[in-house]
Amino acid sequence: MVKWSRLFLFVIVVGVLAVLMTTTTGKVANNITLGLDLKGGFEILYTVEPLNEGQKVNLELLKATAEMVEKRVNIGGVTEPEVNVEMPDRIRVRIASQDADQTKLRELIGKPAVLTFRDKDGNILMSGSDLEPGGAAVGYDQLQRPLVTVKFSDSKLLEKVTREHLGEPMGIYLDDTLQTNPVIQSVITEGSAQITGNYTQEEAQELADLLNSGAMPAKLVEKQVTSVGATLGTMSLQKTLNAGYVGGALIFLFMLVVYRLPGFVANITLASFIYLSLLFLDWMDATLTLPGIAGFILGIGMAVDANIITYERIQEEIRAGKTILSAYRAGEKRSLVTILDAQITTLIAAAVLFYFGTSSIQGFALITVLTTILSIFTNVFFARALLGLLIRTNLFNKPFWFGVKESEISEL
Amino acid sequence: MSYRAPEYAARFNIVKNRKKFYLTSLIILVLGLLSMLTLGLNLGVDFKAGTRLDLYIGKEFEAADVEAIIKKHLPDTNFTAVTPYGNFQAYTRFDQTIPADKLNEIQQDLAAKYGDQVTRQESTVDPIIAQELMRKAGIAILLAAVGIGIYVAVRFQYLVGIACVVALLHDVFIPIALFSLFRLEVDLTFIAAILTIVGYSLNDTIVIFDRIRENMRTMKHKTVEDLEHLVNLSLWQTMRRSVFTVLTVLVTALAIVLLGSEGIRNFSLALIFGLVSGSYSSIFIAAQVWVSLKEREMKKKRFAPEPKKE
Repeated sequence: MVKWSRLFLFVIVVGVLAVLMTTTTGKVANNITLGLDLKGGFEILYTVEPLNEGQKVNLELLKATAEMVEKRVNIGGVTEPEVNVEMPDRIRVRIASQDADQTKLRELIGKPAVLTFRDKDGNILMSGSDLEPGGAAVGYDQLQRPLVTVKFSDSKLLEKVTREHLGEPMGIYLDDTLQTNPVIQSVITEGSAQITGNYTQEEAQELADLLNSGAMPAKLVEKQVTSVGATLGTMSLQKTLNAGYVGGALIFLFMLVVYRLPGFVANITLASFIYLSLLFLDWMDATLTLPGIAGFILGIGMAVDANIITYERIQEEIRAGKTILSAYRAGEKRSLVTILDAQITTLIAAAVLFYFGTSSIQGFALITVLTTILSIFTNVFFARALLGLLIRTNLFNKPFWFGVKESEISEL
Repeated sequence: MSYRAPEYAARFNIVKNRKKFYLTSLIILVLGLLSMLTLGLNLGVDFKAGTRLDLYIGKEFEAADVEAIIKKHLPDTNFTAVTPYGNFQAYTRFDQTIPADKLNEIQQDLAAKYGDQVTRQESTVDPIIAQELMRKAGIAILLAAVGIGIYVAVRFQYLVGIACVVALLHDVFIPIALFSLFRLEVDLTFIAAILTIVGYSLNDTIVIFDRIRENMRTMKHKTVEDLEHLVNLSLWQTMRRSVFTVLTVLVTALAIVLLGSEGIRNFSLALIFGLVSGSYSSIFIAAQVWVSLKEREMKKKRFAPEPKKE
């Protein structure tokens, strides 16, 4: 007897899924953060070296330096830079933005920004650490030219220094570059000084921000710069996606031809799998890179494998003379161990990759782990539920629907 | 599409012919080893100091003109021939690290000649970092092998673990050997591909051992002949699945090679070599190594002195 209610349920479930996918996939896909190889941008790897002999490079110093790097990038007007500490002595900066000015940012980050006040013999009298927090600001001289004013936390110190060196020039250095070399005209008691030097408004603001953010606590040495032009990035993405569409279409066709009804179910669950994976990528705020997309396409292949293992098993059971329903039950039961064993080994490999890999490999591993776990749900449990529902409608009792010829079935 | 495993199993006994498969793999591995020792690997810029420059020109161009512009700015630097690819793109590689301002000058000259749509993509790596990446990748592969070996030994039997690790090393080495033979460039994505192959090939191997384990519950396997028959039948029972699965993944990998972007073409190529050698090794190496090991164990037991009874 045909159970129409079950077919109805199947149609409802698939219908809801189809509506959900067609209406939201575009939005979800657009929300996914693209890596700099897709979006354009650059990556700089620094090694951190101590400023003086007494200093040790440890996690604390690395973190402080990374924080400073992030502040500097923000000064440059770039939002959401990705700054990572890598032990024992690395800092990796990733900026996925097409508009960022690479040269300027590299200059900003690379500047130690140590401010010193020196006497005529080059002896350091005061330094940036004597400044009041947030004490640097943009000011203007009589001709409305921008300059930078700095406030000292201890006005007594400035008073003492200016008294001792009255009438002598005092050089103000940013790192080892002389900014201004004013002659001390009078004893300064109110604790503030001016740095002039033909700045534009923007440059003055940048210098003030730089001084306020403080000096870099350690020396940064640029080890590697990888930059990706956005045009190349977009083109790579489009091509890789197209390759994915072609590969996907061929798989769908193959499943339909070889496994018929189960193949049809597999295609529904494959589509759900792809949709869910995109959704999770969006939720996890994961960054999608080119190797990630490759891992994604591979994940689809693995999901297909889960279906193939099950359906081959069902076909075998049908050939052995079982009824469709008991073949489905036996095939489902026997293939589960195989699939889980296979998926767990993949997970182990991916976990090792993630733990020991570097950035792009980690992206690949992350997506492999994600897709493997998701495919167990969609292409094992969900696929089985859907197929069970269809079989129990009693509409598909012929071996034809499962890609098995009557002549292949052995008599019991 | 008539398929009955016992018929095929009777027609061709894979297990009986295993020495031939050992020999085939041995020949490829020896060739690969020779190539590795004499030619080595064609290491990409990821692995040695230097700069790879990708240019998007955006219209018809002569490689020689681009080379002339580069030569003008970097007269004393060696670089590979400018190779056009894809959509008005080209790349070249310098054997030393090129400062960004030089590359800027080159790009400006190119923009003056071809227009403002000219963009570039450069990758520069310090050799110390590259060596470290390689070391880390090697360690990762070894650890993955150990982890998977342990898992399989626990889930199945320690001889299966050994067979899996043998097959795994086989599958890791074959793409490396082929890349060396064909002088294909090895970059960081190559390592990602190798590690995927590790997971995938074991996935394949495990499906087969799973069937062997299942058959051992219902079929006799006391003698060498019985064992060989059992393994041969198991292989033929899983053959359709092995072939179909590798076909679907191959199709996607091929699609990436033919249609995908230049950046992951080598990745997909490595994947294809690995997939083919992976499914070959699961059927013709892993299961066979296990049979050989198992038979040795059986013979040892047979000739071992009977434990004395009290």
